[in-house]
Amino acid sequence: MNAIRLVAREFFGMFVDDGNLALLALVLVAAVAIAVKLLSLPPLLGGVLLLVGCLAILLLSVRRAARAVKR
Amino acid sequence: MQTLTPILSTVTAAFLASFVEVVEAFTIVLAVGVTRSWRPALTGAALALALLAALVLAFGPLLALVPITTLQFVVGVLLILFGMRWLRKAILRSVGVIALHDEEAAFSKETAALNQQANDRRADYLAGLASFKAVLLEGVEVVFIVIAVGAAHGQTLYASLGALAAFFLVMLIGLAVHRPLARVPENALKFVVGLMLTSFGIFWTGEGIGADWPGADLALLAIFAIVALASFAMVRWLRSTYPVSVGGLAR
Repeated sequence: MNAIRLVAREFFGMFVDDGNLALLALVLVAAVAIAVKLLSLPPLLGGVLLLVGCLAILLLSVRRAARAVKR
Repeated sequence: MQTLTPILSTVTAAFLASFVEVVEAFTIVLAVGVTRSWRPALTGAALALALLAALVLAFGPLLALVPITTLQFVVGVLLILFGMRWLRKAILRSVGVIALHDEEAAFSKETAALNQQANDRRADYLAGLASFKAVLLEGVEVVFIVIAVGAAHGQTLYASLGALAAFFLVMLIGLAVHRPLARVPENALKFVVGLMLTSFGIFWTGEGIGADWPGADLALLAIFAIVALASFAMVRWLRSTYPVSVGGLAR
């Protein structure tokens, strides 16, 4: 049972390191998916938004980490 | 070219990501083998590999039941989370905010811990457990990478071959040098893997919501190039804006 718990904890840790980054990425994906499915946003535009959004979220996350060390 | 692109990118991503994980597991198994003995080291590693195989056999067939667009979307989102985590760490390591991973240090730490337990009655058990945990934890990541980069385009076989090649290469080099593989440019590899996994994630999530990428599979290369350029720009910008002397404190 311990081994399963260990695997489960490791599996969760694989995706979540900086909680803000993970949360913002999930919000971005959800927002794009909803816009495509319910608001008729062209899916290709959704894909492009996903690309730009992911890079923006990454930038925010690394900037925050660098700032924290600088202080 | 259009059929070769996903195969090559799948094999490369699985190979590079697995290479990094196998190097980390190998360091611990080697430490156990050299410090204690090879029996608990290999027993722990074998048990972990058996458990990983059981997990794959138990959960692998379930993937066939999931519709392809749903699979692409779910795997794509997980890859975005997984890839951006690798990429974030690689960027922060490149600018010195996070200390570089050091296999020699990991080896020394593990051997010191094993030496402390040398007089314990359960020393063999503890050594085997260390080996078991290292292989299991790094192996979980390898299994996910193989399934994630392979499943969404029905290329699990190619992804498995990439991971297997990494496993054999590390074993071969490890047996030859018989010490931790400290000279592997681990952060550079992690940077490339982070770029590839994030690109795969964006590509498949896009396909999952119905995006018809221009150039089909070739769009993957374009996404990779854009993510790479943006990441290198972030490294340059962070270096000039927030210069850090040595390994920092951020996670």
